[in-house]
Amino acid sequence: MSFFSTPVRPNAVRAAQDSRSGRQRFFQGATPWLFLIVPLIFLCLFTLLPVANMIWYSFTEWNGLSKDKEYVGLGNYIEFFTRPELFRVFLVSLYYFVASFVQMGLALYFATILSFNTRFKNLFKGILFFPYLINGVAIGFTFLYFFRPGGTLDASLAALGLEQFQQQWLGNPDLINFSLSGTSVWRYMGLNFVLFLGAIQSVNPSLYEASSLDGAGKWQQFRYIILPSIRPIVGLSMILAISGSLAVFEIPYIMTGGANGSMTFVIQTINMAFKFNKVGLASAMAVILLLIVLIITWIQRRLVPDEKVNLT
Amino acid sequence: MKMRTAAMVAATTSLAFTLAACSGSSDNGDGSNTPAPESSSTTSDSAMAEVAGEITVLTNRTDLVDTVFADYKSTFEAKYPDVEVKFEAITDYEGEVATRMSTDDYGDVLLIPNSVNASDYPDFFEPLGSVDELSQTYRFIGSEANFDGQSYGIAITGNANGLVYNKKVWADAGVTADPTTPEEFQKDLQMISDNTDATPLYTNYADGWPLTQWESDRGGVTANANAVNELADTDAPWSEGMDHYIIDSLIFDAAAAGNIEEDPTTTNWEQSKTDLGTGKIGAMALGSWAIVQMQEAADDAADIGYMPFPNQVDGTFHSVISGDYKNGINVHSENKAAARAWIDWFADESGYATDQGGISPRLDGPTPDTLKDFDAAGVEYIELTPPPAGQESLVSDIDNAAEIGLWSPDYRQRIVDAARGARDETKQDIFDDLNSKWAEARASVEG
Repeated sequence: MSFFSTPVRPNAVRAAQDSRSGRQRFFQGATPWLFLIVPLIFLCLFTLLPVANMIWYSFTEWNGLSKDKEYVGLGNYIEFFTRPELFRVFLVSLYYFVASFVQMGLALYFATILSFNTRFKNLFKGILFFPYLINGVAIGFTFLYFFRPGGTLDASLAALGLEQFQQQWLGNPDLINFSLSGTSVWRYMGLNFVLFLGAIQSVNPSLYEASSLDGAGKWQQFRYIILPSIRPIVGLSMILAISGSLAVFEIPYIMTGGANGSMTFVIQTINMAFKFNKVGLASAMAVILLLIVLIITWIQRRLVPDEKVNLT
Repeated sequence: MKMRTAAMVAATTSLAFTLAACSGSSDNGDGSNTPAPESSSTTSDSAMAEVAGEITVLTNRTDLVDTVFADYKSTFEAKYPDVEVKFEAITDYEGEVATRMSTDDYGDVLLIPNSVNASDYPDFFEPLGSVDELSQTYRFIGSEANFDGQSYGIAITGNANGLVYNKKVWADAGVTADPTTPEEFQKDLQMISDNTDATPLYTNYADGWPLTQWESDRGGVTANANAVNELADTDAPWSEGMDHYIIDSLIFDAAAAGNIEEDPTTTNWEQSKTDLGTGKIGAMALGSWAIVQMQEAADDAADIGYMPFPNQVDGTFHSVISGDYKNGINVHSENKAAARAWIDWFADESGYATDQGGISPRLDGPTPDTLKDFDAAGVEYIELTPPPAGQESLVSDIDNAAEIGLWSPDYRQRIVDAARGARDETKQDIFDDLNSKWAEARASVEG
């Protein structure tokens, strides 16, 4: 709380300050809060209040428009848990979950390589991060053209003489989720990459020097220096990966609208609310998704506790 | 800790937003059940109330707002010098306006969103007059946008339903006459597939909404104006001989024979217009509103033809005509008289319907050129019978409870998927499943 008072001062000044009124001290304590008041209002108005509203809707039966909402207690939750077909969409999340490990592996690989002295280092950093900067809708459309029959992917295969691998990347229900989760990897790897790279660059360079004097190779440096130092970031990425794969929305929604077996939980929720006008049930589903993410995060923190890392 | 919280908030609030943002302060609405008859007197007085003030008109025609609508504005303001008209063109009209309707600020004149239940009309819209009275002058009054004997909207234009097709492709394939049965239609598609390079029937699966256009054919297929109301009386809409069975079988059979696009999941609506116009597509099921757009995209506008749904009853084709969006007045509007004047002017004098190739909302309006093919084929028009009083939203309630979504593409996408072998279901499996969902929902809604 003493942000604005310099800790070391001549005695005389300090004495004078102590004798000042309590009012002064109150303002000093309140200063941070005054600075925080605007963000806090925004947080309440745009995050907490809508969530509270949504929780209230989840106990009602409401079509999204009518003036009257009927209170149904836990009815929506009971309906959800007694309809197994609403759970089935979580199977689709598994594709994205597995893909997110591929994504983290690739990101870690590139981050490590580019943290050493590599030719055209900055160019590659730019290329790898670039997809994350593109608007998700644009990515959806780009990849629609990429995957369509005779599109970029098929054309590239033909150019390489691999015509026998051409197929309906989105039309084939066994393949569509691989195609879509691949798109997702392409898009989000850049973010993981930058997070990892930042963490790796904060490792004290003298550690590398010391280890190479001891005869450590690049792999050993990665295994015993880099990986332990960036563990908190890897942990964070894991949580993002899990919650992200449960809440996949943008890419499948834009590209297929959830058709052909690519329905995810969030698309299903949106459909429930806006196609079938069951806002109450949809809110309950959203609350359930929130709880699932919280529980998984909690379990994950239990299994991999947050440790202070200090290698030096 | 902060990072983690941020991550979770990010993952979940976006969803909370979409769900929660659409409510606002709707439940403390004052006088939520304004008795309709009382306010009807206000509207008949509208001639006396001063036609003045500023009105905001919401429209979905982002493409016309600066051109055609600007002309409308000057013509209208010349007639009513005290009124100032402003337009607000909205790209995602349906979604955005339905959300905005939880506030008071949704324009003075607006197109009534399709998602509003009939029973909610009195809460949001000013009644325009009794159904009996208005239906003397206008089409679609009795069948749409009314509740409890009051009409809440006048259609901006009207559509017939059928299939747009490329005459040249069909002629090149050797087809000489409009198919009169679904079997003949399938045979014709096969001929197109065998004799030309065109995709015989394009579903526009990926965009989704074009698949819902088939739904508009119900009633016309079996020449039964009461077909939609009868959905509420049956446990099995997908049984042989019924509209849904015939329509959805037609889609299934065409897809199963491989006479639709090669990979339906990657279709593109804008592209499909050009492709139909240039002979890469044989036919698409769309309302008559699409004819003008297809002609614009075609090499030669004369190539574009319009055929009725291939099912004759007693040797005659039938096509359901229905209103497009309907202009309604915001119940919170401050210049209701001016808003009313705009609606009447739009229907009577603007010529919008004719310009857009649609059926005039006026009973005495002209027949559009776009439907000449229908005249030649001797198509009889059907207007659906309005639902009985008190059951205005019954069919959509059942549909919502069943989560089938007659007006959403999902279940027809499922049919296409099954037909092309991407789902492990037969046509009968799907129809049985739809029937059982319908029966169950009907039991729960009707109690």
